[in-house]
Amino acid sequence: MTTMNLTLRIWRQAGPDAEGRLTTYQVSGISPDMSFLEMLDTLNEELILADEEPVAFDHDCREGICGACGMVINGAAHGPERTTTCQLHMRHFSDGDTIDIEPWRAAAFPVVKDLVVDRSAFDRIIGSGGYITAPTGSAPEAHATAVPKPDADTAFEHAECIGCGACVAACPNGSAMLFTSAKVVHLNVLPQGAPERESRVLDMVGTMDAEGFGGCTNTGECATACPKGIPLTSITAMNREYLRAVRKR
Amino acid sequence: MSSFTEPTGYRDYTTAEAPLRDTAAPGGPIAERWDRRRFEAKLVNPANRRKHTVIVVGTGLAGGAAGATLAEAGYHVEQFCYQDSPRRAHSIAAQGGINAAKNYRNDGDSIHRLFYDTVKGGDFRARESNVHRLAQVSVEIIDQCVAQGVPFAREYGGLLDTRSFGGVQVSRTFYARGQTGQQLLLGAYQALSRQIDAGNITMHARTEMLDLIVIDGRARGIVARDLLTGRIDTYLADAVVLASGGYGNVFYLSTNAKNSNATAIWRAHRRGAYFANPCFTQIHPTCIPRSGEHQSKLTLMSESLRNDGRIWVPKRAGDSRPPAEIPEDERDYYLERQYPSFGNLVPRDIASRAAKNVCDEGRGVGPGGQGVYLDFADAIARLGRDAVEARYGNLFEMYERITAENPYEVPMRIYPAIHYTMGGLWVDYDLQTTVPGLFAIGEANFSDHGANRLGASALMQGLADGYFILPATLADYLARNTGLAEVPADHPAVSEAVFEVSDRLYRLVSNNGDRTPDSFHRELGTLLWDHCGMSRTEEGLREALARIPALRAEFWQRIKVTGSGQELNQSLEKANRIADYLELAELMCLDALHRSESCGGHFREESRTPDGEAARRDEEFSYAAAWEFRGTGAPPVLHREELTFEYVHPTQRSYA
Amino acid sequence: MALATRAGSRSIPALIWRSTIGKKTVMAVSGLIMLLYLITHMLGNLKVFFGPDEMNAYAQWLRTIGEPFLKHEWFIWIARVGLLAAVVAHGVAAYQLSRLDLAARPVKYAHTRRRTSYATRTMRWGGVILGLFIVWHILDLTTGTVNPHGVHGEAYENVVATFSTWYGNVIYIVALVALGLHIRHGLWSAVQTLGLGSRTRDRALRATATTVALVLTAGFVSVPVAVMTGIVS
Repeated sequence: MTTMNLTLRIWRQAGPDAEGRLTTYQVSGISPDMSFLEMLDTLNEELILADEEPVAFDHDCREGICGACGMVINGAAHGPERTTTCQLHMRHFSDGDTIDIEPWRAAAFPVVKDLVVDRSAFDRIIGSGGYITAPTGSAPEAHATAVPKPDADTAFEHAECIGCGACVAACPNGSAMLFTSAKVVHLNVLPQGAPERESRVLDMVGTMDAEGFGGCTNTGECATACPKGIPLTSITAMNREYLRAVRKR
Repeated sequence: MSSFTEPTGYRDYTTAEAPLRDTAAPGGPIAERWDRRRFEAKLVNPANRRKHTVIVVGTGLAGGAAGATLAEAGYHVEQFCYQDSPRRAHSIAAQGGINAAKNYRNDGDSIHRLFYDTVKGGDFRARESNVHRLAQVSVEIIDQCVAQGVPFAREYGGLLDTRSFGGVQVSRTFYARGQTGQQLLLGAYQALSRQIDAGNITMHARTEMLDLIVIDGRARGIVARDLLTGRIDTYLADAVVLASGGYGNVFYLSTNAKNSNATAIWRAHRRGAYFANPCFTQIHPTCIPRSGEHQSKLTLMSESLRNDGRIWVPKRAGDSRPPAEIPEDERDYYLERQYPSFGNLVPRDIASRAAKNVCDEGRGVGPGGQGVYLDFADAIARLGRDAVEARYGNLFEMYERITAENPYEVPMRIYPAIHYTMGGLWVDYDLQTTVPGLFAIGEANFSDHGANRLGASALMQGLADGYFILPATLADYLARNTGLAEVPADHPAVSEAVFEVSDRLYRLVSNNGDRTPDSFHRELGTLLWDHCGMSRTEEGLREALARIPALRAEFWQRIKVTGSGQELNQSLEKANRIADYLELAELMCLDALHRSESCGGHFREESRTPDGEAARRDEEFSYAAAWEFRGTGAPPVLHREELTFEYVHPTQRSYA
Repeated sequence: MALATRAGSRSIPALIWRSTIGKKTVMAVSGLIMLLYLITHMLGNLKVFFGPDEMNAYAQWLRTIGEPFLKHEWFIWIARVGLLAAVVAHGVAAYQLSRLDLAARPVKYAHTRRRTSYATRTMRWGGVILGLFIVWHILDLTTGTVNPHGVHGEAYENVVATFSTWYGNVIYIVALVALGLHIRHGLWSAVQTLGLGSRTRDRALRATATTVALVLTAGFVSVPVAVMTGIVS
């Protein structure tokens, strides 16, 4: 099996307040079957043995569903393929390539260390309205309310968001509109979500703005970067929900 | 502690004379036990609930559901997860579905049938009372999740769709495409987020529990490390709930998330909680084979693939022709041959072992001969490519992304991988461990799956424990222990736990050895996989038991962790977890060694029927093995909880 | 924090002006008002092809719209004030949103790459160019201040005079290309902001935006081209 030698330029930053810079590393013997994170594992093993600090990066499930991983690879969130960084394989690179690896960049996602950023703003957006109030034990029989299949499918399509933050990283305005709209649409399209339909969108957008995310200029970068294919029309639908909620005041 | 008798077979442990009893379990007809328990439980006055603090470790289905429900009820919850957000817990990766005895299909399903299937599927090593309660509660889970907006698959009439899963003959599995775990977890996470926002839960993300604080015999808090700053803090409470998941990562390669770990339950075990059936690990038959030494984890593909895919290997050992060039009569569809009535849908343990057997015979395919074909050519011919794509499109896509092979044209290659651990902290009917005030829920406990878990039952158990069972039983504990004295922050037990944690971390960062944490983890994983994996022998287990202490000693001598403990230090986190795996692995092997029968996921080559199938030995082993910690490397004490079967009569499983 | 609706205490104007979505709604509505104006403006400009009498009479008629209900030139002043309000609202909202957007992405990527369309990327600077152009355009053809002919009531001659200078043509054509690009993204974007887009309508919407932008630009640019080529003189 042929292996690759690569030059990596990785953003190294010791802590939230430290200066950071791109540092160059050489890795060799990279198998095309490795995932991008396994390639970084290889580098980190070498760094530890050389008494250097390994590169910090978030990752967990490594099967593209937990949303923990994410780095900007050659200027693209999650790299050249439409998937998560953990599911990006080295066969999409060539021997001798130079790869630039940077953290998500957004004011609302401050760098914690190296490629690790703080995405807790997302949790606060959800906490401000991204739920259906249904205390345990209070639920009616599941079949009491039928949900038209197209609505259920729309809800599912938007519920697929993994909260990785690639949309924010890719957006030139550091906007979280796609993330927020995915949850708003998921819950607002369902009959169960109807009672909180207006407050949900108003509160979530309010929190989104307060967290320091930028506004949407409909560049579409978010939807292009989204590993789960949340459509750009999700944002349009949230705008509609927002204006509807304002009108209903 | 009662007096000990010397074990007859092995020198490695002692056995407690007195049997372990589940004193929380109510008697009476099985269908009434849960109602009875709930009625007998003492209640906490709503006005007093906010005075109680409960610690919940983990935010997966069990922990997330428990935290949200407890906070909703009015308790103050301190919740922990090592991830940067509670939404990332590994429950999110479950694909297939969640079982519930709704009988929406009118196909003969019932609570009793789900109970029966689960006890039988667990190979008669689970407690009947617990399993029946699980089946009862399953019905409420679906209602709860739908109310939360979980977008389950629906039919055109707008009602919920179900499918049959894992060889079960009724259609009781609810699903949300291949992302059921994700959707259920997000439902729990959203409920949790609502309570965090309301101030009823203090959420500590990126904070890892490193020890349990036990005072006067009761669990009263935890020691945890802030993974960003390295700060070690203590958190005190009236009760502690562990929902930290399973320990499959002890094998290094598993389908678990990379950072899933056993530290919380292992530290609790060291502080007095018995660890039950550690050798009961589940190996999932349909995972993507490893592609090389660099492999960092394994990816599972939903078992639903076996509904339409046919599993085969070449008849001839060493046949390296591409699959398309192997004619039909030179292929061995070994599951269909050996188990004509169930065919490719035999339970997970049987399918996994069969794959291992054909690979051991040199008939495996792909790199290293560690794989078998899962072929959709017949399904595509029969149903059409579009129908196959509609059913499995996302799985095929995932497979192609990882392997760069197109499963519509080339058969998939699959191989078993560690997936789930049925063992865990021993808990009584109330889900309370042997340390009063310490509860374990979800995969972290041992309770409901016996020696083998059925497909789509993990999600059911996690949510049952978290939403419905724990909140009721924990309230009883709190109501009966209202007068717990406030723990002073400088209590000797607190300082001792903090010192132990800090000391251990210091030893790791200051050791300056020459081996990386991963290198030890890989070595341990290989050792366990070889000797305590899909099939186990006395000889192999003894070898592992000889090598693990040596590896542990080497670890503490040669481990190298860069950086300091006062910052985000992922190698330190890893090393600290591996230190626990090196102790847990020993107990797993010991448990596997002592249980010289085959049952469920535990297959001892010495215990086979004449035709080579697993032979269970009920007369000797119809018990849960709960181990008591007596010191690192010191022989643990075995406590046996006898299992009685009043409603499902034990039979030897037969899938032929 | 209570579980009560936080938005509950906020008024409608606050929900509009204090949120990014609301502010973009202001931009969308003001943009659409200006677009409607531009369409009529462009159609009126085509009068130039029918000679000075017709063009100047049309310009005169604009001052008489609404009479006798409105007094002379009232309509045109109402329109001017309305347009000014739209321009100011559009500009202020754009400025504030841009500040917010730039602050939300303080650090740029070292590895840069371009992906969005040219029209999308030039919205901000295109808008600034258009703002400056409006000032020049008013000074040129409304007040006549910078117009080489500059006689009130002789709209036709003023137009010919402007487009007989090289700089007049350059300024106008550059601005009109900017306008086309701005409308191409802006119209589609405004429809999204107002929540009117959908997956099924998206292709038609994009095509409409492109067509409107092209037709409008072509209509406007036809005048200087006609002057330059001598069709109009």
